[in-house]
Amino acid sequence: MTDSRPQTRRRVRAQRKRLNIVGVLGELLITAGVLVFLFLGWQLWLNDFVVGEQHRDEAVKLTESWDNGDGSVPTRDRPEVPEDYGDPIVPAVAKEAEQFAVMYIPRFGDDWVRTVSEGISLSKVLNRNGIGRYPDTQLPGEVGNFAVAAHRTTYGAPFKQIAELQVGDKIYVRTPDAYYTYVYRNTEYVWPTGVDVKNPLPQQPPETPTTDRILTMTACHPMFSAAERIIAYAVLESWQPADAGPPAELEPILKAGG
Amino acid sequence: MYGALWRVLPGPVWLRILILILLVAAVLYSLVTWVFPWVNSLLPVEESTVGGP
Repeated sequence: MTDSRPQTRRRVRAQRKRLNIVGVLGELLITAGVLVFLFLGWQLWLNDFVVGEQHRDEAVKLTESWDNGDGSVPTRDRPEVPEDYGDPIVPAVAKEAEQFAVMYIPRFGDDWVRTVSEGISLSKVLNRNGIGRYPDTQLPGEVGNFAVAAHRTTYGAPFKQIAELQVGDKIYVRTPDAYYTYVYRNTEYVWPTGVDVKNPLPQQPPETPTTDRILTMTACHPMFSAAERIIAYAVLESWQPADAGPPAELEPILKAGG
Repeated sequence: MYGALWRVLPGPVWLRILILILLVAAVLYSLVTWVFPWVNSLLPVEESTVGGP
């Protein structure tokens, strides 16, 4: 009799270990919580980092393919006119999702370089390639508005630091044939319906005559939300043919592996 | 649940810990490779365009 009581207690304890529903439920809930945190860490940080690096590698490879003279760079006999190259050359419209240009923004980091693709399809361009051009806007170097969009969070978040641009910041756009130097001017916030930011002269009627060459970048605002859009404008300051080499200020960035 | 897993695992403590580390690594890998991208595709996308894509 005296021996049996501890044995029963031990048996009860062993049974409890095997069949403690509340305990299992608790562990499942803790696991679910950890999984949610892991997902958030992946979505908001790790994946942006990994995809960002992929985007960067794609951009570097693209410029290398242009520079290796594999036929994609037409060699032109250019007389020596060092300073004034005249009106900028304008690239042809690319196929949808084709990566037709590369963008350098030193403010976003010394090694920040991303491709620009044609179109703003989420599945084909923005979620995959990064930056996309609004097809109903103008091209780099063209009079009017070269308008692009990119995610500010998730999917590599190319425009994560768009709110950090400061007046005078250079934004370089490279196509196979030319370098275009845009200078950041200002930022505004609009509703998602604010399509007038894409007009040749932003926020003016489309038929307004203009001589400006503008670069417009759109992303979501506030971060992690789709309530508004942040719009950053830059104006073309200069351009030079690819044969003439990169702009002097861009050379350190290119040498740094960009 | 995890207690039961620990009891099911064979071998001495160091081997059990090693197996657990491998299990955790496998779970993390499959999460990042398959589960998280799938969950992400179900979430509403944060649009960055004006006028809709």
